[in-house]
Amino acid sequence: MSRFVLRRVLGLVPTLWLVVTLVFFLVRLAPGGPFDAERAVPPEVMAALEAKYNLDAPLLVQYRDFLADLVFRADLGPCFKYPGRSVREIIALSLPVSMQLGCLAMVLALLVGVPLGVVGAVRHNRAADTIAMSVAMVGISVPRFVLAPILILVFSLTLYWFPVALWESPRHMVLPVICAGLPTAAYIARLTRGGMLEVIRADFIRTARAKGLSEWRIIWRHALRGGLLPVVSFLGPGFSGLLVGSLVVETIFNIPGMGRYFVEAALNRDYGLVMGVTLVYGSLLMVLNTAVDLAYAWLDPRVKLDG
Amino acid sequence: MAEVQDNSLRRDAWRRLKRNRAAVVSGCILAVLTLCCVLVPELSRWRYDEANLALGPTSPSWGHWMGTDYLGRDLMTRVFFGGRISLAVGVVATMVSFVIGVIYGGVAGYFGGRIDNLMMRLVDVMYTFPFLILVILLMVFFAGKDGAPYGVWVSVLGVFVADPKDPAYFPVFQIVFVFAALGAISWLTMARIVRGQVLTLREQPFVEAARTMGVSHTGIIFRHLLPNALGPIIVYATLTVPQVMLTEAFLSFLGLGTQEPLASWGLLASGGAEMMDIYPWILVFPAVMLAATLFCFNFLGDGLRDALDPQIRGGQR
Repeated sequence: MSRFVLRRVLGLVPTLWLVVTLVFFLVRLAPGGPFDAERAVPPEVMAALEAKYNLDAPLLVQYRDFLADLVFRADLGPCFKYPGRSVREIIALSLPVSMQLGCLAMVLALLVGVPLGVVGAVRHNRAADTIAMSVAMVGISVPRFVLAPILILVFSLTLYWFPVALWESPRHMVLPVICAGLPTAAYIARLTRGGMLEVIRADFIRTARAKGLSEWRIIWRHALRGGLLPVVSFLGPGFSGLLVGSLVVETIFNIPGMGRYFVEAALNRDYGLVMGVTLVYGSLLMVLNTAVDLAYAWLDPRVKLDG
Repeated sequence: MAEVQDNSLRRDAWRRLKRNRAAVVSGCILAVLTLCCVLVPELSRWRYDEANLALGPTSPSWGHWMGTDYLGRDLMTRVFFGGRISLAVGVVATMVSFVIGVIYGGVAGYFGGRIDNLMMRLVDVMYTFPFLILVILLMVFFAGKDGAPYGVWVSVLGVFVADPKDPAYFPVFQIVFVFAALGAISWLTMARIVRGQVLTLREQPFVEAARTMGVSHTGIIFRHLLPNALGPIIVYATLTVPQVMLTEAFLSFLGLGTQEPLASWGLLASGGAEMMDIYPWILVFPAVMLAATLFCFNFLGDGLRDALDPQIRGGQR
């Protein structure tokens, strides 16, 4: 087990390096530079600016310095757009907000999705199943940027229950978390239903019934463990979906998370910030995916840990 | 012999699909919607990019059934014109992912062993890749007029038309770029599904027979293995279309996908979302169209899965 974990974790390093390298050169080879957007400056000033940020060095030297700074000092360099602040500061300020949003949304998605899916499977092909799955289908089909304005219109502008935007008190968090979590909940409901339907037909469930266990005990203690396997394997992509979703949600609700730097940094050619955001999201995704694989193996004894 | 069995299987699946009312209704709605997207912009009195600033945004009326947007453009024409782009993105990008995924998965599954191991390990690595970051970066950096892909586009287009640099072609380039980018990131699961199917099929006697008759590797993969693996592939392709459309809508929302004055449902809805408290119809119509289309594709995909997936067939009581 520990050998497997070690191998998987070590396997992340080359992938991460690949991503970082790819993005590093992609950003620098792209047309335009970080100081193009400002009004035209004399060439001497431009040269001074580039020298200050080490942009006049050959590409490979820049790459070497960047990697050295990153590996040995965990330093991502300065941020071009917000002078005087480092990329690390910006990430340290915004990442916790995004994490909070993502985790709350995932909790909500599980709390809504799993029961909905179980109901669908237990009442297979009956009214409750049809209703649960229609709700889930709507959840999958409505994009977050449509859901968000509807939520704001109903709950903020008409009923005045929750604030329109920002991220300050728990009341501020309600609408963004619902908006980020519901589409994921819909996916989880469908996966739970599918997994449960398969498990309910299995022999060990028939045995449990024959023993005379109560229906709820069978579902919660016996079927759910196997029925949730598809959900577990979805959690990796699900989290990445939430990260993407948080991009939209953070924009609409004006939440000071990391999502907005995604596009903003790329548009501004803010090399350091692009690298920082890529690195954080990339490693987060990879670690989560690995964790999901491990959880999968732990839940399903049939999976052999080799790889 | 194989032909006869194949036919009866297909007829069986077709009957099963027809019994699934939700899937049939979804299919019909999609057909009608597609027809509308083709016809409405042609037959309409208005053009999709014809602004009327004196008119401005008006609510739905007899002249403009869906109202007009903030530039006074007829919303119905724009919504159905946007539907063309949204549907095209969904279908074309799915086809791109279909081609890549089928070839990749087919080769890996057929040859098996070391090759399979290596190819699938690569897919595993790519699964953990933050693709969306790359797509966003690609859209920001290379979908412009000064990027290298535009140069390639101009030289390819130059073969067909006299003046490839004509700005009228530029929006087309951007959309083709979206196709390619979305197709390129959505083939991984397709490759896995195809590989799994091929892996089980290649041990069957009919493959052995084809091999003894001297059919080449390519022939066996494309003529014998893939047609038999088509069921799950079609199901997954149907479910890829809404995913891709959603991603396009997301990119358009960020301002990176389809650009004005063209329209896609994502772009229209995101524009409408900004002013939904004053002009709700600008959001409502494209959003409903987008949601309805995704809804239908998902239902159709589910119906196809029930009709075609042999695992569920075996479990039917």
